[in-house]
Parts: sequence; structure tokens; C-alpha cells
Amino acid sequence: MGHILDWIVYKDTMANVYTPFESYNLPYDIGCKLWEIIGGTLAWLIDLIFPGNVVSEWLVSDAVTTLLGLIVFMLLIFIVAFVSTLIVLWEERKVLGRMMDRRGTMVGMKGFLQCVADGLKTFQKENTIPAKVDKMTYMWTVTLVIGVSVLVLCMVPLSSRWYVVDYDTGLLIIMAFFALAPFFILVSGWAQNNKYSMIGGMRAAELMISYEAPMLILITTSALLAGSFNINDIVYAQMDSVWYIIPQVIGAITFFTCAVAEAERVPFDIAEAEAELVEGWQTEYAGMKWGLVMLADYMRGSVSCSMFVILFLGGWTLPFIGDGPIPEIVFLLKAYIVFFFMSYARAALARVRTDQILNLGWKVFLPLSIFNLAVVILLKVGGVF
Amino acid sequence: MMSDSIVPVKEIEERMETDKMWLTMGPQHPFSHGLWTLRVQVDGEIVTDAEPIVGYLHRGWEKETENRTYPKIIPMADRLCYAASMTYTHLYCMTVEKALGIDIPEKAKWIRIVADEVCRIQSHLMWLAAVGTDLGSYTVFLWSMREREFFLDLNVKLCGARMTTNYPRIGGVRNDTTELFDRDILRTVERFEKALWDIVALVDDSSIFVSRMKGISYLTREQVANMGLTGPAMRGCGVDFDIRRDDPYDNYDLVDFEVPVLKEGDSYARYMIRIEEMFQSCEIIKQAVKKVQALGKNAPYRVKTPSRVPAGTTFARLEDPRGESLMYLVSDGTDKPYRLKVRSPIFVNVSGAKAMSVGTRVADVPAVLAQIDMCLGETDR
Repeated sequence: MGHILDWIVYKDTMANVYTPFESYNLPYDIGCKLWEIIGGTLAWLIDLIFPGNVVSEWLVSDAVTTLLGLIVFMLLIFIVAFVSTLIVLWEERKVLGRMMDRRGTMVGMKGFLQCVADGLKTFQKENTIPAKVDKMTYMWTVTLVIGVSVLVLCMVPLSSRWYVVDYDTGLLIIMAFFALAPFFILVSGWAQNNKYSMIGGMRAAELMISYEAPMLILITTSALLAGSFNINDIVYAQMDSVWYIIPQVIGAITFFTCAVAEAERVPFDIAEAEAELVEGWQTEYAGMKWGLVMLADYMRGSVSCSMFVILFLGGWTLPFIGDGPIPEIVFLLKAYIVFFFMSYARAALARVRTDQILNLGWKVFLPLSIFNLAVVILLKVGGVF
Repeated sequence: MMSDSIVPVKEIEERMETDKMWLTMGPQHPFSHGLWTLRVQVDGEIVTDAEPIVGYLHRGWEKETENRTYPKIIPMADRLCYAASMTYTHLYCMTVEKALGIDIPEKAKWIRIVADEVCRIQSHLMWLAAVGTDLGSYTVFLWSMREREFFLDLNVKLCGARMTTNYPRIGGVRNDTTELFDRDILRTVERFEKALWDIVALVDDSSIFVSRMKGISYLTREQVANMGLTGPAMRGCGVDFDIRRDDPYDNYDLVDFEVPVLKEGDSYARYMIRIEEMFQSCEIIKQAVKKVQALGKNAPYRVKTPSRVPAGTTFARLEDPRGESLMYLVSDGTDKPYRLKVRSPIFVNVSGAKAMSVGTRVADVPAVLAQIDMCLGETDR
């Protein structure tokens, strides 16, 4: 027996012995607090009926709080990432509409609800699997393409308190997961028993070998400037000195181009070039599978922009202000501004050819990124950073 | 050693052509604007062979005309090509007039020139839109289609229909220019000359667009002559020939305009020719509209013609937006043609698909074949 407030106690989440994070984590904290209210109320009710039972004590224990806190944490991280992807989708449609002298989407809330309508439509479609595909491979590859995209989207930290992992190699882990999708696309193109898909899959691999090397070099330069692969360190190093876009302008432009290629967007969407390859490697995917692949594309676009913001635009910090009250909003707004340029490129440019992107990657991007590396090393040796 | 193996691997590979693959593009394919198939043989990404297959839209047009009286064929001629309906109707009326041996009023000639050039511009704009999508830019598509709307509105102003106009008649045109038509057309052309520069700037200033077209799919003058290509594809290879100038019909000999010719012979040259032709069409429209205005309101625009055509054979040709179109009429003295043969420029030009696409890459196939400006209605008839 007792008062309800005896059961609902706000504890410091960091004092919880089972807390899996080393620093303060906002979504996890929200989850724990939420469970403290719900679990505390439940425990109080059970204690009212069966005074002095063990279950009530167990419900408000550290272990259960951590478990339920983690579940809410995962949901929160996913929902925020998902909604921000939908905003990116809406932004692109509106920007393209303005560029192309039309209105863009018009369904509810200035066209924002169009993505909901699209989702519902693709969800209602029949789940067709062509007769002669390799069914296992056909399914797991697309699942992994979508899964990896969702994973890497959720792994991008929105601020020092809104993150999933905080390793010292966080940047490398994100880039590693980000670069996984082309392998699955290659296998998927093979599994579909379709010539267009196969060429699309091959092109995805071709595309990857052209941008991956310069992109990794550019990531290394930013890490070199900050002296760490930890995303927090990179962001706060930029707050302390200057946004890294200023010492490495060439690097930023090259990285942006590589990021567009990484997200497989126009002008580098050669793997799904609809003019000649129908829908490229996605040709045989219909209904919700196609809808999710499409969404995964935007997730990857969103991650590309986020990486650009982290590496070159100071992440969630603002000059002279620092973190500010809501750094997550600052981060997302910066990412949307970068994405505006991606949409702009999509509206203004045509698709490049496969041999052209290979030429571009190895003859332009790679020398530029190495030049950028040299500049950064000089700056570092000269003691500027 | 290969020869020592029991299985004759090399022979099998040679017989099966395992390193090459046939891709069937069409009839349901985003690149085929209309129902046609292009089978391309690819070695990796490089095209080694190509074979166009047309005929999905065969309606028996030529046979059907044999059961209709002469005036009833005019609306059918509209349906030969929805993008060039005005020129085909014009061509048909011209053929019958030639068979009848009559001369049409001055005003009708000038109005036909105006209508033809409006048709040429809107047809070229649709081609530009197709080039945009084939190169992966939706903006070029929408901007061109937007400009095209203004010219379709001019069609509405002139004859009430947007695409299948049914406007020329045997012996003239159906109606006089409507009120304020000359004002509207001059305004539209003036506006268009500026707007086209916007699109050209979007395409020509972008190195991606240019690199996708420049230096691929070369054709020589000899190839063009052997395949019988006409229109912009021919003029892009340095053949200086335009029926409007070299074999003038109606009053084209009184109009001052230039025929754009380029010697490069690549995909980009064909693109440049068409863009320049649109500017030249604007010039022609401006001159022709002045002539229509000078003739005044009450000038005759149509003459009565007999319904029976004397027996004999006639042919007439004109410069279609896509090339040289020709009609060959065999009349037997009744009010129906005995035989009416259409020479469609695209049906001939598409036979150059192999020469154009071999050696390019799969990604170039839509970009190169967009320069044919495919229209299936007239190809399959």
C-alpha cells in the first residue's frame, strides 16, 4: 500500500546501473521516464490489490526500466528518422515542382500527405513475385537493401544527446553500412532473371567503384582535421575552430558529388536509369517492395546530406551559439538545406553515362580528393588546426 | 588446353554467342515513344547490333482511303501523325490539287505556310521534350511541353482543334484566320523566341547534356544517301537540301529564311539543326502573317473544286517536321482514289537505327534514337 507518488519516482537515468550509454541520451531518457510513469502506475495498482507483492517491485526495478526504455528509445529514433525522410521526400517534390513550372504534390498540408497516400497505395498492391526469379535471393536482397538503409539512417546522430552508438569509430561504421547496399543491388539484379535488372545491378557495382575511393579519402581528411573518427569529436572540433567547409572547399564539393552518387540520385542514378533500363535493378519489384525501395532511396539521400552536414557544416552546432536549446532541429534544417541542392541538381541536370561516371570518379574526383588531403596535411603540419 | 577438353567449349561459345546478349527494348519500354521495338545486341554495355521492328500500329490507312471520297480523306490524313497533322493534311490536299490541276488562292497559301510552321514548332518541341526524358531530365520535358501548349492554343484559335486539326481543304483552307489571330501568333512567337533560349541554355550550357550527345552516333553523307534519311538527320550530316527552298511549294519561294546545315553528323548536330529550325520557323511565321494581313479581310481563301479527279498519277512532297513526306496518288476518274501511297520520313529514317546506335552504349540508345523523332502513326500507317 502507499500513495501513487511513492511508486512513480523520477530517477536519474545515468544512475541506473544497466544504462547502456556512456553519456546522456535524450530518447532513452524519455523512454525511461515514460516507463517510470506507466510502470509506476501499474505497480501501484497491483500493489493496491495484492499488497506487498514482488511483481510491483520488479516492475519499477532498474532492469525493467532499462528494457522498456530501450524499446521506446528505438521507436523514437526510428519515428523521427522516418518523418524526417518524409519531409525530405516532400521537399524534393516541391522543389522539383517549382523548378519545372508546376505545383508539385497538392494532397493535404501543402502536399505533405502525398507520401502517406503513396504509401497506402503501394501497400494495397498485390505482392507479386515473378515465376522464374530466384525467390530466396530476390526477397532477401531487397530486404537487406531496405534494412541497411533504415539502419544507417537511424545510426546518424542528430545531436550529442540523440544518438544510437557513440563509438570512437562511429563515422567509419556509418560509412561501412552506407556502402553495403550496392552489393545487395548487384546480387538482386542477378537474381531477378531479367536483362534490365542484371545490367542495373552491374551498373550499381560500376558506380560504386568510381565514387567510393574518393569519398573515403574525403572522410579521412575531415577526421584528420578533427583528429578523431568520433562524430561528436568532429562536430565539436568544428565548433572550436571553423566549419570544415572553409579549409576544404574543393573537398566539400567533391564530397557532395560523391554523396549524390552514393544516394544513387540524378545525375548518377545509372543503376535505375528509366530511359534505357525501364527501372534498372528494381524492374521486377512491385507493390510495397517497390515503395519501400523508393523510400530507401530517400533515406540514403537523407543520410548523404546528414554526412555532409557532420563533416563540413558543423553538425548540430551553430557558430557563436554552440549547441543551442534544440540542436536536433538545427541539424535537420542544415540537412534539408543541403538536400535542396541535391534536388536542384536533379532538376537541372541530365543522367551521365556509365563510362563518364567512371572517368569522373578516377580522373577528377580522386585527384581532387588527394589534393584536398594534401592541403589538409599542410594545414595540420603548419599548425593552423 | 582448350582443344584437349572433351566438351568443345569454344565451339559452343561461338555458336551461342554467350558474350553477347539481345535486349528487346519495346514495345512497352519507356524509351520507345509509341509502339515499336528495338532489339539491340549488347556486348556488356556496348551495342553491337540493332534491329528496329515496326508495324504494331498498322491500321491499313492506305487501303482505307480507297473506299472514301476525296474530301473524307482529309480528317484521316490528320491521324497519320498527331504531332504533324497539319503538314500531312496539307500534303494530301496539295496532291489532290495537283491532280486536279487547280491553283489555290494566294491567301490560302500563306495561311497554310503559317499553319505548317506552327505545326513544325510544336512537333519539334515535342521532340525536345522526348530528348529531355531520354537523357534523364524531366525539367526539359516539362518546359518544352509548356511552350508547346501555346502553339496548340494557336491551333485552337485558327481551327478549333488542338492536334488533329482537319484544317486544310482541297482548294484552300477551311476558314479564314479568326479575329485577332495575327496579333496572337505574333505575340506567341515573340514570347517563344525568348523562352526557347531558356531551354537551350538549360541544355547547351550543361556539359552533361552536351557530352551525352556530342561525338556519338556519327553518320556520313554516303550512309545518309544510301539509307535515304531525310530531314534534320540528313542536314546534320552536311547535306544542304530542304524542299521548302529547293523545290518550293505554295509560297515558300517568296519567304526569306535559312536552312541550317551542319557537317558534324553526330547526335548533337541533329539536335542543333532542330533547334535552329524552330528559330527559322518563327521568322517564316512573322513574314507569312504580314502577307496574310496585307491581303486584307475579304481576300478569297478557298476555291470550289470538282469532286471527281481525272485519271492519272500525281505525286507531291513537302518538308515535314521529320523529313520529306510524299504522297503518290493514282486516280481513275471517280470520286475515290484508286491508290494513295504515303512515303513516311520516319519509316525510312528508322532504318538508320542500326547505323546510329552500333558502337554506342546502352545508355546512349534512347538519346540517339530520340533524334529520329519517332512517330508511329505515320510509320505504320
